[in-house]
Amino acid sequence: MTPLQIVFLLAAAFTLLSALLVVTRPNLVHASLWLIAALAGVAVLFVLLEAAFLAAVQVVIYIGAIAILIIFAVMLTRKVMSDAGPQVNRNWWGAALTAVLIFGGLVALLSQVPAAWQAFPAAVPSADAVLEALGRSLVDVNRYVIPFEVASVLLLAAMIGAIVIARPPAREEGEA
Amino acid sequence: MSDPFGQIGLFFLNLLTGLGLEAGLASFLLKVAGAAALATGALFSTFILIWGERKLLARLQDRLGPNRAGPFGVLQTVADFAKLVTKELIFPSGVDRPVFLLAPLLVVMSVVGIWAVVPFAPRFIASDINVGVLYIVSVGSIGTLGIMLAGWSSNNKYALLGAFRAVAQLVSYEVPMVLVMLIPVMLSGSMGMVAIVEAQRPMWFVVLAPIAFVMFYITSLAENGRAPFDLMEAESEIATGYNVEYSGLMFGMFFVAEFLHAFTIGGVATTLFLGGWLGPGVDRYPLLGLVYFLAKSAVIWWSIIWVRMSLPRIRIDQMLALNWKFLTPLALGVVMVTAVADKIGPAGTLGRTVVQLAGNGLILVFALLGVRAYAARLRGRPRLVRAPPPPSPSLDAANR
Repeated sequence: MTPLQIVFLLAAAFTLLSALLVVTRPNLVHASLWLIAALAGVAVLFVLLEAAFLAAVQVVIYIGAIAILIIFAVMLTRKVMSDAGPQVNRNWWGAALTAVLIFGGLVALLSQVPAAWQAFPAAVPSADAVLEALGRSLVDVNRYVIPFEVASVLLLAAMIGAIVIARPPAREEGEA
Repeated sequence: MSDPFGQIGLFFLNLLTGLGLEAGLASFLLKVAGAAALATGALFSTFILIWGERKLLARLQDRLGPNRAGPFGVLQTVADFAKLVTKELIFPSGVDRPVFLLAPLLVVMSVVGIWAVVPFAPRFIASDINVGVLYIVSVGSIGTLGIMLAGWSSNNKYALLGAFRAVAQLVSYEVPMVLVMLIPVMLSGSMGMVAIVEAQRPMWFVVLAPIAFVMFYITSLAENGRAPFDLMEAESEIATGYNVEYSGLMFGMFFVAEFLHAFTIGGVATTLFLGGWLGPGVDRYPLLGLVYFLAKSAVIWWSIIWVRMSLPRIRIDQMLALNWKFLTPLALGVVMVTAVADKIGPAGTLGRTVVQLAGNGLILVFALLGVRAYAARLRGRPRLVRAPPPPSPSLDAANR
């Protein structure tokens, strides 16, 4: 076994264990911490696949922004120190069914990739070339520039909406 | 001796393979050892950094500073460290023990991790990944997480308040910081730290993008939580904030992270804007690169301490207003100017340089005019606290 394989097995086991703990921990903050651990494990897997860009983005967006937002929301809205509510509600079978369906769908999809069952995956071009191709395809008119721009307009709309909601009523400003 | 650092690596690799290890395992072990050596070296350097900072603070306040333990008090930090180690680690009632233990580790990790992509000298870099700048941002965001967990797990209202302040500040100032870190990336056409340094051979980026450099400096101060942005550790307001319940070495770890972060800012700013290890004669003697890098970083580090001693703490509303109403629009403007200049011609051409400099000058003029107008409006506004009662009804009417 090469060191790379050992690292992969450790990271994969760590990710799966963390994902399991996300849904089994009674404390919400602990659950979100394990979610962060699972996301960090996925980032390690990206590194092992020589996708350093995806790994860094994974940490910036999921750990640096989304997970912090989740923890913030949990801290501000509930009595987290003493909170140990029920783990499941009436819809648990629906969630389980969806999870199994998505898992089956992903496996079916991935098994159609020709290199999926080979011990050694097809050689990837150099990491720099992949990164450059990704960047170019995002601004290429024939590739993904429209989805890219639509996503930014959506974010802009969300931002303006947030500002409008957070804005104090106009009357107060004159009185202060 | 044109490549001393590469030869050192080769020497150790030969040593390990000579012991009978296979080449793959040997280079893997060598990388683990290198990472351990770099992290340990960074942490040990805080002994000198803390002593140096206390000395500088003392000189700025017309004091002598630590001067008893060892020559010039250089062993003072060692004594302090010994004191911290021997202290008991107190877990107050109601703390969330694993999270409480994890938080200082995350904070230290986020600072030490940055050194993995900082090039000290030619060929002397732990890992020249092609997304170095993005890596710095992502590692920095882990520190935010650590501070929030410290505040939450302490089961203390003041700690939680401090953590809220810290997260508001760190998340906000990350926005303009990431935007201005784009400028060196655009100027050099790469996110790799070595490529950014090499692209500064004709001209340091601080000359091409002075506004971006100053903004990177300001936002880094805020990310470090130093004065004037130290309101997450306001002793007089919220009993020191997120680390109030920590004791012993766990408390010390927050401080190691903070003091090391100040020098780390110097290292990153040197790499991104001040030409890294570039300097006269560096191609013939690569060891000179290490000297240049450390000297430039030390100048930035010294100015951070100077600012810390000179400016008072700003209020939280001023902190947020400065970021969202001033720095973020300014950062967007600088990014736009650089993008336009990028379209004019390839790097190093006269047209691009002229557009870049003229754009920066225009932005500077407009920013100063904007600040002036804002200050004038602020002066005209009625004060929140009126010290003496208004002397005459006419003035009172004017205020209304």
